[in-house]
Amino acid sequence: MSEAQHGALQLQVKRIEAVTPEINRYTLCAVDGSWLPAFSGGSHLTVLIPVGEETKRNAYSLMSSPYDTSEYQIAVRRVDDGKRGSVAMHSSVREGDVLLAGIPANLFPVSKHARHHLFIAGGVGITPVFAQLEELSLKGSSFELHLAVRGPEHAALGYELKDRYGDRVTLYGHDGQSRLNTLDILAGRPLGTHAYVCGPTRMIDDVVASAHGLGWSDSNIHFERFDDLGSTGDPFSVTLARSGAVIEVSPEQSLLEAVEEAGHTLPYLCRGGACGECETEVLELEGTIDHRDDWLSESDRCTNKLILPCVSRATCTKLVINA
Amino acid sequence: MTASPASTAFKTDETYTPEGNYNFKNSPEGVRRLPFPFPDDDYMYSMNLEPHVPAGDGALKAAFDVDEHYVSECAHRAQMLRDMPGVHYLALPHMMEAQWDLLELIFESYARDFPEHFTLTKDGNEWRWQNRLLNIDDSFTFGDPSTLPMDPMKYATRQAQGEFVVLEEKDNTLVIGAGMTTQRADYSLKFNVGMSFFEFHGPVPKLHDMGILDRALKFLLRMKPGHPVRRVNWSLTVNPRLETSVETLHEWAPDRTTVTSENAGEKVYLRIELQPLHRLPRSNAIVFPVRTYLVSLSELVQYAPNWAKRIHRALASLDPELVDYKGFHRYHAAAVEWLSHHDDGAPLATGYPWASGGIQPTGE
Repeated sequence: MSEAQHGALQLQVKRIEAVTPEINRYTLCAVDGSWLPAFSGGSHLTVLIPVGEETKRNAYSLMSSPYDTSEYQIAVRRVDDGKRGSVAMHSSVREGDVLLAGIPANLFPVSKHARHHLFIAGGVGITPVFAQLEELSLKGSSFELHLAVRGPEHAALGYELKDRYGDRVTLYGHDGQSRLNTLDILAGRPLGTHAYVCGPTRMIDDVVASAHGLGWSDSNIHFERFDDLGSTGDPFSVTLARSGAVIEVSPEQSLLEAVEEAGHTLPYLCRGGACGECETEVLELEGTIDHRDDWLSESDRCTNKLILPCVSRATCTKLVINA
Repeated sequence: MTASPASTAFKTDETYTPEGNYNFKNSPEGVRRLPFPFPDDDYMYSMNLEPHVPAGDGALKAAFDVDEHYVSECAHRAQMLRDMPGVHYLALPHMMEAQWDLLELIFESYARDFPEHFTLTKDGNEWRWQNRLLNIDDSFTFGDPSTLPMDPMKYATRQAQGEFVVLEEKDNTLVIGAGMTTQRADYSLKFNVGMSFFEFHGPVPKLHDMGILDRALKFLLRMKPGHPVRRVNWSLTVNPRLETSVETLHEWAPDRTTVTSENAGEKVYLRIELQPLHRLPRSNAIVFPVRTYLVSLSELVQYAPNWAKRIHRALASLDPELVDYKGFHRYHAAAVEWLSHHDDGAPLATGYPWASGGIQPTGE
């Protein structure tokens, strides 16, 4: 298996295809030609995208078969008013380039208990469904897909799935007129049906509201929440009170990592905001702390007197911690 | 890399049962490489999770540790499965994918960390597994259970030290879906299978009040493939008995009454549990391995005097509720009394032995 270097995979861009006016599909393989780590349908890959001096970490759903780890495929929609990561993927990344990525993780797995899997997707939200349908198809599970697109030129990925799965795939919007109606799709389903929605927030809210209205329970409604920020975010600086050292925390590292990189030590254990070992007193703060841990109580958070350097960050002009 | 010292002599004739007269002992090196679980003189139940990265030259060097008891432990597992079919190994039908994930994880780790004993050769899905310690050389098709003589999880864990509980992620909690547990510390796999995280932790005192369970569950649900974490836990057992399940309670519980302050050194064993948790890549399940190490109090005194002093202090100051939960209130006082004769009160280092500056088995 491809060895992760500092937890990152080195992936070579083998092929780039434009599948719609806005979406490119990238086929990636291990630089050394080895097998990539296995994953399950619904997983995402966090790609480190160089943008000028900075590195953006964008999460993209894996759309290739979970049963073929010789390569990964992701689809990237160009978002011009976004944080420039997708623009760089479209304008700077070329076939043959090497990109760093994390090991795939899954925040959107298919249920192992469903009798029938019902997918509702919109636009680029179709990408995780590619891998999920492949997984279900190989297992012989029962499924159907309802996919809404904005017009014929945006329907290429939908046609691919229609070719693979025939009547189990219904397209909307590709002909310029048909519209996806979530209430119609969700109504009258037998118990044991699980619904999955992936698309714009409006679509997710609509599906969840319709399902609730029809009496579905939450355990049968699945959607991806990309709330997995980890410890990355905007840069800030922190002063260690005991040594007076001023440390810059870059967007790609946690406060704890930045302190360690500068040659200082802080206590730590889980490095995930759960154990409380790295809890540190905040002596001065001009700004706000972005608490991302599960350790501090709500009242602790409000006082802004404590911070967990392993995951939490700050938006501030000044932060002094008792370390 | 190889994670076992070149000199490891694998013991083949050890037993973990009264019928075999508990013919079990540790070598001095075997004791000093243990993941000793007491970083402080006062023991506090905590969520001592840390990234599972190689540390030191002992039990934490490999992803899954193999030590001098490997051969005898595998024989013990085979015997337990034979003696009580359906009690020590269970897997719900939807866990098959997780079973293959676990087989791959164990075999890849063993082959990488102990190449002198294990070799895994892959040609696509056609795999060959060589285990020279147990004289096994099998070929099978990864993903096809019909090519193995038994379930993939059973096949793999019969060749592994420690027990393995596989948890399925469902409805924002973790549910027990499969287990190979011939070394259970006072619980029943059959009773617990299908239980959720809060349910199977129900009997542990203080956990709910301390909010530890909520945080632990959130942390575990965020676990990602390729980033395992570990914790250590411990208990005490009378005699070197690995299998202490609820089902056989009538066999081993009476032993608790046999401990005196004279024989505690030989009778009482520290039971160390090393728990390296992994998120599995295809099934999205989490495997909760419990690698159990047994060491008698007198072996600690003889080969690791600092650890003997530490365990004396930790046991002496232990919360009575924990003494009760861990099941040794009957002989707690006898063990502390026996240990008190081997503790001169000298200050000891704090921290786990594998951490820098942590408590070492011997020396200042």
